[in-house]
Amino acid sequence: MGTMPDGTQDASTNSSTHGTVRLDDGIVADPSLPPTSVEDAVRDSADRTWTPAKIALWAAIALLGGVAWFMLAVIRGETVNAIWFVFASVCTYLIGYRFYSKVIERYLLKPNDRRATPAEYKADGKDYVRTDRNVLFGHHFAAIAGAGPLVGPVIAAQMGYLPGTIWIILGVVLAGAVQDYLVLFFSMRRGGRSLGQMAREELGVIGGTAALIATLLIMVIIVAILALVVVNALGESPWGVFSVGMTIPIALFMGVYLRYLRPGKVMEVSIIGFVLLMAAIIGGGAVAGTEWGAAFFHLDKVTIAWGLIIYGFIAAILPVWLLLAPRDYLSTFMKIGVIVMLALAIIVVRPEITVPAFSEFAGRDNGPVFSGALFPFLFVTIACGALSGFHALIASGTTPKLIEKERQTRLIGYGGMLMESFVAIMALVAAISIDRGIYFAMNAPVALTGGTVETAAAWVNSLGLSGVNIAPGDLAQTAKDVGEQSIISRSGGAPTLAVGLAHIMQQFIGGTAMMAFWYHFAIMFEALFILTAVDAGTRVARFMLQDSIGNFVPKFKEHSWRPGAWLCTAVMVVAWGAVLLMGVTDPLGGINTLFPLFGIANQLLAAIALSVCLAIAAKRTALKYLWIVAAPLALAAVVTITASFYKIFSPVPAVGYFANNAAFAKALADGKTSFGTAKTQAAMEAVVRNSMIQGWLSIIFVVLSIIVIITAVMATITALRNTAAGLPNTEHEDPAQASRVFAPAGFIPTAAERDLVAEWNTLPAGQRLEKSGHH
Amino acid sequence: MNAVLAGIRGVAGYLGGVLGADAYTKYLAHHDASGHTGPPLTEREFWRDRADRQDTTPQGRCC
Repeated sequence: MGTMPDGTQDASTNSSTHGTVRLDDGIVADPSLPPTSVEDAVRDSADRTWTPAKIALWAAIALLGGVAWFMLAVIRGETVNAIWFVFASVCTYLIGYRFYSKVIERYLLKPNDRRATPAEYKADGKDYVRTDRNVLFGHHFAAIAGAGPLVGPVIAAQMGYLPGTIWIILGVVLAGAVQDYLVLFFSMRRGGRSLGQMAREELGVIGGTAALIATLLIMVIIVAILALVVVNALGESPWGVFSVGMTIPIALFMGVYLRYLRPGKVMEVSIIGFVLLMAAIIGGGAVAGTEWGAAFFHLDKVTIAWGLIIYGFIAAILPVWLLLAPRDYLSTFMKIGVIVMLALAIIVVRPEITVPAFSEFAGRDNGPVFSGALFPFLFVTIACGALSGFHALIASGTTPKLIEKERQTRLIGYGGMLMESFVAIMALVAAISIDRGIYFAMNAPVALTGGTVETAAAWVNSLGLSGVNIAPGDLAQTAKDVGEQSIISRSGGAPTLAVGLAHIMQQFIGGTAMMAFWYHFAIMFEALFILTAVDAGTRVARFMLQDSIGNFVPKFKEHSWRPGAWLCTAVMVVAWGAVLLMGVTDPLGGINTLFPLFGIANQLLAAIALSVCLAIAAKRTALKYLWIVAAPLALAAVVTITASFYKIFSPVPAVGYFANNAAFAKALADGKTSFGTAKTQAAMEAVVRNSMIQGWLSIIFVVLSIIVIITAVMATITALRNTAAGLPNTEHEDPAQASRVFAPAGFIPTAAERDLVAEWNTLPAGQRLEKSGHH
Repeated sequence: MNAVLAGIRGVAGYLGGVLGADAYTKYLAHHDASGHTGPPLTEREFWRDRADRQDTTPQGRCC
């Protein structure tokens, strides 16, 4: 298929610089229907007309944002109010959305509402269904947001609040939201094709295969580390184990209810599930208060990890309706509720933050929570919320099949990611609203804190942090308030966020007496998100593996072939289970060594996604606008490749996997029986083994990603040369078809859009969409 | 009072849309609009079919 008229350079200059109506798009609209798009000239003139009210509004937003950034970044008072985080982020998002995303829309993507989306030309009433933009926004947001933005910012708070805040807010506007928007748009133009398929088409066999293997490995790492977060949150916590464990029978009940009792009553069963969930949290307190309950549900981390591995396998081979689908309803329900509630609480309570903008660890590479210098490790520690490659898999999955009009991709893709970034900011605020002493006591590995309140308090006070002086009693009291036996070394981010959230929420509803409830409520929803991600991730990975093996053994491509399905599921579960166990038993504190790998993996995936986008963009825009893709790609590539090189080559054992490996191997060879934080020879051998595996994983990731980036740059150069020589580029978009519907692009329709909607509404019902699809 | 009820109904409708509770209604609308001759799936059949198709086309959930 040849190049689309709007894929060439002259079409772009035509439509954008002169504001003329582009009617050379090869689409013949049905003359009996009203226009399916607002005329470009009308839209442009509305965009470019600055009424005094509009100027005043944007000036006010800019001013408020500026003041908020000033309060956060320049004023160095004793404390800073959390409301400034809200203003700084929201104002920056609004400006990014109104101005930057429109630049991307106008010069790079050039959506055309006269063109039908897959939900229209492939409509089947099941997978391809036109969905109201506001509903789809919520749907897409629920699919991309999970535990990631709740965890990374908490861990990154080690360096103070400012580095994380800047990266979350600017990163999303210039990189994360751009990636989501581009992938969503390109996938939509290709009938909802997946990132893997697009990589294969655009980058060829080598680049495509490297992208596929990298994606598979990255998923394993991401699932394993998310699972590790749950294990760390539930270890030695009878209340948490009981209430999270109860989600399984609750989900099973919901599944049976929806399948046999009242099919399709999704809202009804979600409310029942939610009530049962609350009962499980409250009941958990009662059960953990009894002697038998405390004894029975008091599990160590290794036991929980094994439980999770067995659960992961069973959940991934059970039919979707029984466990995954109902829990997904519950998780979505909780997600939206929790986020709205947290935002309200922060705005109402407005906690004072005592954490400094830059902490003592900002300039060092040996922080106790995660090791490594600010650059690049802060940028990989906060992945979700700023730039998350995993989103590319969602943006090239369900969402493009549901989108109603091309112009709505800006709201859904770019806007949806801004929303996730806001979640990350709120998580950061919740985590830094607690005392810094408690923060470090909770997040440092047990090897440093010693595990008891006395040793932990002594260690925290010995750090010499300004304004930090904690008594063992404070730590014991906090644990008692949240209904836990101990909060020492509860690393992984989730417990810290839960304490912060409980701290804020109790000022909003319920007082200190409710703190234990809020703490376990927070643990519950994080566990719920993560378990859903673990299930879904295992399933997706299993299908990818089956398809890959299917290229050599065709039988594996049959998804209903049980032995193949079970074998591939087992392979994936063993892979992430091994990494999980490694993290749980790691003497150095699993999260502390593995979390950077999570961020690196996630952002390497982002680099892969952006590479594919670069290759596609090169075919449809002028060189001078390619920086929109090239800049975030360069950033992601520099950050992740530098971080990987540190992890591989750094001579500092705390940072470099192989340096650590060599140090421990040497200690073993010298016949030492304890070394650093490893107190036994078995522990030392574990470090040697773990660091070797982590090191090799880093090497594989970075090599695969570099292959993908190189092939993408080559494809880009070829495309630019072709354009310069006037040769057509191979276009993989689906052929353009005329749209037969209209819907506004943003949350609030413009005047022109309202007029058009009114015109469509006068059309007799029978005439709207008489043939949307066919079988 | 009516305004409050309408508000609650709006929020419930929105949440239902996000969860996908209106999938069957949409399927029926599509079935009608596209001029199929055969009868549509019943509600029970539709949801069963939907869940079974999800078994073979898993959707990722993000982190």
